[in-house]
Amino acid sequence: MSVTEHIVRPEDFKLRSRESVADPKLRGNFRGAMDFLIDKRAAQFPDNATFTLLRKVGETTRKHALSRLPDLLDQLEINLQRLGVNVHYAENSADANRIFLEIAKKHHADMMIKGKSMVSEEIELNQAMATEGIECIESDMGEYILQIDGDRPSHIIMPAIHKTKQDIAKLFSEKIPGATYTEDVDELISMGRSVLRDKFRDARIGVSGVNFMIAETGTIALVENEGNGRMCTTIPDVHIAITGIEKVVEKLEHVVPLYALLTRSATGQAVSTYFNLITGPRRVGEKDGPREMHLILLDNGRTQAYREEKFRATLQCIRCGACMNHCPVYTRVGGHSYGTAYPGPIGSIISPHLLGLSGTRDLPTASSLCGACGEVCPVGIPIPEILMRLREAARNNSDGADQALRGQASARKMLEALTWKAWRILYSNSFLYRPFVFIATRLRWLTPTNQAGWTTSRTPLRPAPRAMRELLAQRNKQREKN
Amino acid sequence: MSATHLSDNQRARSAIFKRLREIPVSPLPAPDVQAYFRAQPTVLVQSSANRIERFITQAKSWRTEIIEATPGTWQEYVAEVVQKKSLQRLLAGRGTSFSEGLNRALGNKLSWYDEDLSEIKPILFSETDAGITTVRSGVAETGSLIVWPTHNEPRSLSLVPPVHIAILYASDIVETLFEAVSTQNWASGMPTNALLISGPSRTSDIQRTLAYGAHGPKELVLILIRDDVANTQARA
Repeated sequence: MSVTEHIVRPEDFKLRSRESVADPKLRGNFRGAMDFLIDKRAAQFPDNATFTLLRKVGETTRKHALSRLPDLLDQLEINLQRLGVNVHYAENSADANRIFLEIAKKHHADMMIKGKSMVSEEIELNQAMATEGIECIESDMGEYILQIDGDRPSHIIMPAIHKTKQDIAKLFSEKIPGATYTEDVDELISMGRSVLRDKFRDARIGVSGVNFMIAETGTIALVENEGNGRMCTTIPDVHIAITGIEKVVEKLEHVVPLYALLTRSATGQAVSTYFNLITGPRRVGEKDGPREMHLILLDNGRTQAYREEKFRATLQCIRCGACMNHCPVYTRVGGHSYGTAYPGPIGSIISPHLLGLSGTRDLPTASSLCGACGEVCPVGIPIPEILMRLREAARNNSDGADQALRGQASARKMLEALTWKAWRILYSNSFLYRPFVFIATRLRWLTPTNQAGWTTSRTPLRPAPRAMRELLAQRNKQREKN
Repeated sequence: MSATHLSDNQRARSAIFKRLREIPVSPLPAPDVQAYFRAQPTVLVQSSANRIERFITQAKSWRTEIIEATPGTWQEYVAEVVQKKSLQRLLAGRGTSFSEGLNRALGNKLSWYDEDLSEIKPILFSETDAGITTVRSGVAETGSLIVWPTHNEPRSLSLVPPVHIAILYASDIVETLFEAVSTQNWASGMPTNALLISGPSRTSDIQRTLAYGAHGPKELVLILIRDDVANTQARA
């Protein structure tokens, strides 16, 4: 299988988004897909009052769980161990990949079949295993399409959204042995199905992500439509689930409203085809299901977001993708421009914690702050506010009351900082401000047309011929005369 | 696991917990999920006939084929579906309340899921046209089936064969998933696998075009046994 890597780096966000904006086919694909998802979601929440009510429950649930996170993780771990699940903690990608490798080696597996998992994208599991000679096969149809093309997901729910059926028809006819070119979607899906069925049957290890974890029962919940998630967690002898530490809730009943919010917000479905609750590996007397089960709990920067109250809400996310569907920037630049596993508004607020602010400092600026992401978020994450806090953190040193983020102040520029400092002095002192305004208005013809960063995509700024204060004074004088 | 692994895991675990516990976080109130669902308009509708009708409408919207039967006639309907879809080999679990009826209705077309998955795999993946399972409850709000696989009816029975035939008593239809989870007290004893199934497997991953039969069953047929009071009386 191809392991061609696209060079994707969040550092290149501006360059890549400029390219994407100039690509009419890509923009057409995203516009069409986002309009489709926006309409489907809107049909599920016909009136705002119903949505607001349900969202309040979802938000309270996630906030409650996060406020007790270490206790819930403890409880979850105890319950999982009681069920016979191996619980692993990973501080970073290297830890997580090492755990995968150890399990694969123990079972002499050279192949793993994977369900959809954004966390596995985050740790670049496929690439890490490929260097050890272990093949990870994606089984979600969208992810499978991307994998045989050496491509990457551009949306967290609909990963291959940037491709047309013609692209996929061509790809399948080239990459799947014996396949002929067809644009019939049913036939294309059935080709994918038959290739992957053999893999499900033969794989020793199945890998999955997790949508929710339930502390009181030791259950993991998976939400999906295709059935590949059930296959990966039922057929192979070993199941490895990986997720972030923040995905836990306390009670089983807490998952019910979150599930209702997730499917409605993500694809506009009242329910997914499968809601799969897994509580431990195969029990005595059962005839199928994995004999061995592992859960890998990944930090990878999540604790940094947790430690600052102003960033903690980032971890409320249930990964529905509604924020990206409604984002005017995401719709225009597409998912690949971000260069991160999680694109769009949620990606712009989570990636700085996962990767550090220095590489991702442009991402929080990829927003017009129109507020749509915050409005549709099913768990009430104030995404626009968090974007602004990250912009501040990228340009300013920590004020001492807060811990510095990884990459804090990395976008700080001496000239810019000095300019603002001078501006503040000028604008807060009337003895300096008045002569400054007088000179600036008289010498406005000297204003440079090239104003560094400002004029790369905007018209130059120029002082008005007269200041407001002067104009008012003039008018008052005129009135007195009359 | 090796000793190095254990120490790596402990190192990671204590580092993560240290970072989480080091800062004071005051506990926030738990959600009142029950109050939310009690206030929902659908829950206020008490009529069971209405509930069953809503279940049927919703289930059909996910492309679940529904065949209404009575406690006395369901076997005939199963045989008819098998005939109509020209299904040759069916697989079911022994020891359920339907096993004997299925045996009578399907004869030698029916096999039992008696062996371990590792032994039955070739038959399950390549030679079985349909798996037949019981359903624990139906959910009216969303037209979903609640399936709890058991040692008699393993998880793969409703997953691998291209057709899934499910059998449900209408009296087992509840209003919402929350009602099932709370009144049946799931949290006190979760099975290895509990499933909510809404229609056959599907995907929209190719240019948003809906296609059925992605990886699970291509068709979902529900035999709905109308044992609810109004109907039995009408037929009696």
